[in-house]
Amino acid sequence: MTQQHPFLALTDSDREEMLGAIGVGTVDELFRDLPEAVRLGRELRLEPPLSEQEVYAHVAALAERNADASRELSFLGAGIYDHYVPAVVDTILQRGELLTAYTPYQPEMSQGVLQAIFEYQTAICELTGMDVSNASGYDGTSVAADACYVAKHATGRSKVVVTEATNPQVRQVVRTYAAGFGLEIVEVPHRNGTTDPDELERAAVDAAAVIFQQPNFFGCLEPAPDLVARATEAGALPVAHVDLLSLGVLEAPGRYGAALALGEGQAAGNFPSFGGPHYGVLAAREEFIRRMPGRIVGETVDTARERGYVLTLQTREQHIRREKATSNITTNQTLLALGGLVYLTWLGPQGLRELGETCLSLAAYAKQRLAEQAGLECVFAGQTTFKEFAVRVGRNAREVVAAARERGVHPGYALGRDYEGMDDVLLVAITERRTPDEIDRLADVLAEVAG
Amino acid sequence: MKLIYEKSQAGRRASALPRYENLPSPPELPEELRRSEPPRLAEVPEFELVRHFTELSTRNFGVDTGFYPLGSCTMKYNPRINERLAALPGFARLHPLQDEDGAQGALELMWRLQEILAEVTGLHAVSLQPAAGSQGELTGLLLVRAYFAARGEAEQRRTVVIPDTAHGTNPASVTMAGYELTPVRTDARGNIDVDDLRGKVDEHTAALMLTNPSTVGLFDENIEEIERIFHGVGALMYYDGANLNAVCGISRPGDMGFDIVHINLHKTFSQPHGGGGPGGGPVAVRESLEPFLPVPAVVQQDEGRFGLEYDRPQTIGKVRGFTGPFGVFVRSYAFLRMWGPRLREMSEVAVLNANYVLARLKEAYDLPFDRLCMHEFVLSARTLKREHGCTALDVAKRLMDYSFHPPTIYFPLIVPEALMIEPTETEAKETLDAFCDAMLAIVREAGEEPELLKEAPHHRPVKRLDEVRAAKRPVVKYGFEEHPDAKGEPKVAAAEAPKGV
Amino acid sequence: MAAAESYPDDLKYHEEHDWARVEGEEAVLGITWFAGDALGELVHFEPLEVGSSVTRGQSYGEVESVKAVSDVVAPLSGEVLEVNQAVVDAPETVNEDPYGTGWLIRIRLSDPNEPGALLDADAYRQLLADQ
Repeated sequence: MTQQHPFLALTDSDREEMLGAIGVGTVDELFRDLPEAVRLGRELRLEPPLSEQEVYAHVAALAERNADASRELSFLGAGIYDHYVPAVVDTILQRGELLTAYTPYQPEMSQGVLQAIFEYQTAICELTGMDVSNASGYDGTSVAADACYVAKHATGRSKVVVTEATNPQVRQVVRTYAAGFGLEIVEVPHRNGTTDPDELERAAVDAAAVIFQQPNFFGCLEPAPDLVARATEAGALPVAHVDLLSLGVLEAPGRYGAALALGEGQAAGNFPSFGGPHYGVLAAREEFIRRMPGRIVGETVDTARERGYVLTLQTREQHIRREKATSNITTNQTLLALGGLVYLTWLGPQGLRELGETCLSLAAYAKQRLAEQAGLECVFAGQTTFKEFAVRVGRNAREVVAAARERGVHPGYALGRDYEGMDDVLLVAITERRTPDEIDRLADVLAEVAG
Repeated sequence: MKLIYEKSQAGRRASALPRYENLPSPPELPEELRRSEPPRLAEVPEFELVRHFTELSTRNFGVDTGFYPLGSCTMKYNPRINERLAALPGFARLHPLQDEDGAQGALELMWRLQEILAEVTGLHAVSLQPAAGSQGELTGLLLVRAYFAARGEAEQRRTVVIPDTAHGTNPASVTMAGYELTPVRTDARGNIDVDDLRGKVDEHTAALMLTNPSTVGLFDENIEEIERIFHGVGALMYYDGANLNAVCGISRPGDMGFDIVHINLHKTFSQPHGGGGPGGGPVAVRESLEPFLPVPAVVQQDEGRFGLEYDRPQTIGKVRGFTGPFGVFVRSYAFLRMWGPRLREMSEVAVLNANYVLARLKEAYDLPFDRLCMHEFVLSARTLKREHGCTALDVAKRLMDYSFHPPTIYFPLIVPEALMIEPTETEAKETLDAFCDAMLAIVREAGEEPELLKEAPHHRPVKRLDEVRAAKRPVVKYGFEEHPDAKGEPKVAAAEAPKGV
Repeated sequence: MAAAESYPDDLKYHEEHDWARVEGEEAVLGITWFAGDALGELVHFEPLEVGSSVTRGQSYGEVESVKAVSDVVAPLSGEVLEVNQAVVDAPETVNEDPYGTGWLIRIRLSDPNEPGALLDADAYRQLLADQ
């Protein structure tokens, strides 16, 4: 007799009683509709079940084999950042009522999550200067594909322009989706780290959307208002891919005319977690509200005229509009977006601005310290950067990374994989968690290992 | 309850950030790029923040709160050890671009999870990248596209066949993948209508998308014939894994003839739903489709070394950043290791629980398909509506007063007044009995005092909400302008705003 | 307040639950009480542009309730002369007065013989009874 599994409750006598009520003799009889040929007919070839203590030991041992940011001084960024996540985020995300609830289809059971999403939507609209935000997309890449779908249907055009200085993973995901959407993707090269508005304008002719990143993948500040104006001029929807944590110091994309604003939410309230789960931010001007993919929460009243919240405009969604839906998304990233809301509320407007200023100052210090070292050179020297910048290290950057890691420092992301002619360039990210002493250490190590 | 923005007072804050001395002053930002007006985030002290979200949590209901038989959603218990493991710094603070030799534990975990999912689905290769079931569907259909393109049949294969019981995601995914939808009917026993199917599958067919057991909770008895029809014309078979919880260790999609499967880690394998997400939608495929899977692939190299493979010339590309929602993998991996081969027992109990509830309720409600069910079943409140004017919605709302989360309602579309019930393996017989007692009591109430149903719920933080009002003139963010004095009680202003007609 | 069920005798009907009031070379189009009742209170009508053309039997727009969305099928072909702004602003007007203030569009007929093919009120009532 096997031991009762801790995640089950039925006793032997429960099973007997239940089978009796159903009118069958054995559990096997419940599966009588399955043709013999499609049955497995043997035990699954899996390792024997582990107890909680055993699974902890096994999985924790796997975790021990990773060089995470608590073991190695890391300057990796490139879209995922080691910002501090305050304890209140953990506390609230571990509330079982929020953690273990489904999508709030039944609003009277789900006012907590619904109000939280409404507050999240408000925060995203405030940060981006947009009129409507959805309850989240999967991540910062898939929301760019979502924006293409919105733009395709809003403009009736079938070309999308993406700047080369946009995160390569965003561009790759957009290309993958484009195969299904029937979209042509055109890239506009960067010139010395930013996008040339004239070149962008030429590419934008007949485009449904123009996607650019601010700050861009190299950390440089794009002439965003000019890019938006040129896209608009060409009749394309300007789409800004933004870092939420830059928006205490950088202008809201809605203020300079972007049609949609999107981004990777991870930096605001989520751990890097080897790439996910995180949340994709997607916000738009009001005119696109009925084209938005995903859940949207709206305010209403109950029969006693008390204020409450519901999922709204659901006729956009797949469960009602089916093949004509604005997207197929159902499960989203609500819990991570809730982490974002808690984090942004923890920061407050003052904290957000201070955080941006601290990143700017620390990054400026890092640029200065690295530039002082022989063999290192800032690549786009004239450009204003936010918290990330590219530095030439005089030899293959992947070798530099390996050598630096032997000294306990991960100096950044080697750009050669994504950009031709940049095999000797590192992308260095500085968050508020990197102290000046740590930046000094980076400078020392890079000076030692650079070519 | 007030919004966090209505608790805000200028000058308060929950955060204190580090201040570094003797740094250079930040670079001057060009004026046109500089923030012109600060965002109106809430300004509250830390304890107010905790109290606010704690109060919100008390206005929410999760599996931790009670029974949650939401059909097709598999609301099972989410073990707490999963949370502890996902939060370990070795995972939580690991950067996705860390070099492979600094991420061996993470890569090994993913590789092991792939191996387990391949065995459970009976297929050859797995990509963990898709972020959710619906993204798994799209990934699967893009694999179909790439497969036929490689065979020179891209132009010829235009249609994807979907039964009328399918989740709405299936047809939406078909459109997003650039295919045309061919719907197929359900027969009187709840199977695909094979006669209808035969006339619709030909050399233009790219694929079938099927959930099996279906959304009415029934295993398709003709699955072998269906397999012959599709593979006979060279089309592929896609398995929507939404209902995999019924058949783990009993029947594998690969053995049923499916070529591509997506798995919902947040349904079958215990990733908490989080009020809407995150999820995980890994895709498993037959060997012939492996070259098209997303990159990078997580592979075992020699001597227990694990790595990422980017060089796959026929890949569809990337559908999401990096290698997928890793934290979800940690949870599902731990869950699967705690079950091992006993997964079969998990599915058996899920099916036993569903059949028991069905047996207790089928006399009191209408039953569209009178068969043994799998892990879920669909009832109809048609008679209640005809005789007492009480709808499936009314039954759902009244269940809340008995402290149960309602089942899925009005789905699938082919059953009027549908109530779709999925108890999962988690629940004790006492809980199932209490739920059945409530469902039976509600039928009596509909006859004796229908207003009890129509005005329900009576004991939730809010009464029935006006969804028409929300949709007609959408208010989707806080109106700071309409509430100049954020300290004031907002209810009156919000509730009595004129409808504006 | 939703209107009571009715199918006026002076209108022509299309089997997809749309009606037409022919006025010389022009016609006013809308959806029937049955369609409005089946959908529930309408919350959105996506209007088309004046000057565009509609084709008999084909969709010229969408009406939405909270839980459903439905194509609106043109019972007659023609050029759009006017869109009912009252319905765009307050879609529930269709439920309240489907044949009066709840009309959707006015068109100039492209084929004067088309109305002859539509159902009269009795035939439409019979169609509903048969469903």
